[in-house]
Amino acid sequence: MGWLQAAPLALILLAFLIAPIVMIVIVSFWGATEFSIFPAFQFDNYEFLFSSPVTYRVFGATLKYAFITWALTLAIGFTTAYFLAFHVRSLTMQIALFLVCTIPFWTSNIIRMISWIPFLGRNGIANQTLISWGVIDEPLEWLLYSDFSVILAFVHLYTLFMVVPIFNTMMRIDKSLLEAARDNGASGFQTLVHVIIPLTKPGIMIGTIFVFTLVMGDFITVRFMSGSQRANVGRLISNDIGLMQYPSAAATAVVLLCTVLIVIAILLRFVNIRKEL
Amino acid sequence: MERRSRSFYILAAFFTLFVLFLYGPIVTIGILSFQSPQGGLTFPMNGFSLHWFRDLFQEQAVGDIWGAFRRSFALGLMVMVTTVIVSVMAGLAFRKRFWGSGLLFYAAITSLVIPSILISLGVGLIFNQLGFKIHWATSGFGAQLTWTLPFGLLIMFAVFNRFDKSFEEAARDQGATAWQTIRYVVLPIIAPSLIGVALFGFTLSYDEFARTLLTAGSYNTLPLEIFGMTTNVTTPVIYALGTLTTAFSFAIIAAFLLGVWIVGKRRARHGSDAGKGV
Repeated sequence: MGWLQAAPLALILLAFLIAPIVMIVIVSFWGATEFSIFPAFQFDNYEFLFSSPVTYRVFGATLKYAFITWALTLAIGFTTAYFLAFHVRSLTMQIALFLVCTIPFWTSNIIRMISWIPFLGRNGIANQTLISWGVIDEPLEWLLYSDFSVILAFVHLYTLFMVVPIFNTMMRIDKSLLEAARDNGASGFQTLVHVIIPLTKPGIMIGTIFVFTLVMGDFITVRFMSGSQRANVGRLISNDIGLMQYPSAAATAVVLLCTVLIVIAILLRFVNIRKEL
Repeated sequence: MERRSRSFYILAAFFTLFVLFLYGPIVTIGILSFQSPQGGLTFPMNGFSLHWFRDLFQEQAVGDIWGAFRRSFALGLMVMVTTVIVSVMAGLAFRKRFWGSGLLFYAAITSLVIPSILISLGVGLIFNQLGFKIHWATSGFGAQLTWTLPFGLLIMFAVFNRFDKSFEEAARDQGATAWQTIRYVVLPIIAPSLIGVALFGFTLSYDEFARTLLTAGSYNTLPLEIFGMTTNVTTPVIYALGTLTTAFSFAIIAAFLLGVWIVGKRRARHGSDAGKGV
């Protein structure tokens, strides 16, 4: 009975998750000409990948994006969830405000990226406002098509992946623990550091996994928000795909997947996902 | 009531700024999509018109966006129905240990965290090498399920973690078969969460970009079409399109949330109808 019920999920994941991963691993050993790919068993793609300084630079840049985005989404996400969980008093209000935070998740990422253009452009709202206030004389050039705009878009798109799991764990904290802390003379800040943050760790871990993997695997945000002037691993792969160099794209994809899975394996040591739902 | 502390007001201000940050940009393009025909991509507004919305209905201005919309809508419904059915079945299965349950769980988690471009590339390669035709309703459909199913499954875990098993035991004690127990007791109780799973299934599919990129074939879905436009359209028509499709998303979300709310209200008034049909 159990197996029968799980079979559809298992079959879909086998066909569209496991098989594609296996295929990518196989193709990463294949060879390619300018127009076609051919089966082979050679390490050329990996050799080229690991001998090129571009690879290290791009992986470094991707990790940098991931780390900065993680730090910002964690700070913003934690503060937001903390406000919702401990400072909003009625449950109805909590649910309403929580929905306000999650609704953008169900809308288009591409549109949400496009919508930054009128803000950040050379003649955009940010520059116009700063000039009219007399803060700057010349429009700032680094607002759009820069690391700044890439990270801004990441934070905009992915902060709710932090808010939701952190809020979820915070709501399950027994309120009497907080009262006990206060009765024993802990200040609000001490309660936060010694009671709330330790109890919220599982939520933080789940949010971290989401944000880290989304940023590591991204190729469209970096391409769009940097005006194709910045690179990350995803763009390396998608450029190879554009040139029909599938074996080389596959090799890069394998290295990316290993990087992501290693980091997640480490993070998962700290949290049991099924218990946290 | 206890007086609000100073930290409450600081945090409330922070939260307000966060919400502004979330919604400000989309509101801005909402306003700018009413730009006059001479107006540009940013402020100032050069008057007020529906020009760019009218443009959306002319194919030479924007290409086949209505075809793309129809495909995305159909695909969204397909993914939604499949996600609900498969997630519920898997959720029921995972309540007991079965052979390979741990493995399947980790596969689902992998499906969630794997970089989307790998799915796109891998599915595309398999279809190419096997000589299957790449099409949004086959390869695109499967690729999107790898994104929606883990969410559906995680929601089902959350639901069944809170599920009171004594209802089922009661049904069984009264002589209900396994199927009757599921059909008349379990499903009615978890119905509101199924609306939630459906919401995830539809909207995540409708907006999916990366996993459809190499798996949609020659007919684009709406997000692919919109992305294509960003490289060659430099007028506010793209804002009009963004406004319209976001409005559509909001309407869908509102409909689903309303559905959850109505089911909840009816339940509060009449009590659950679980067990009525047995």
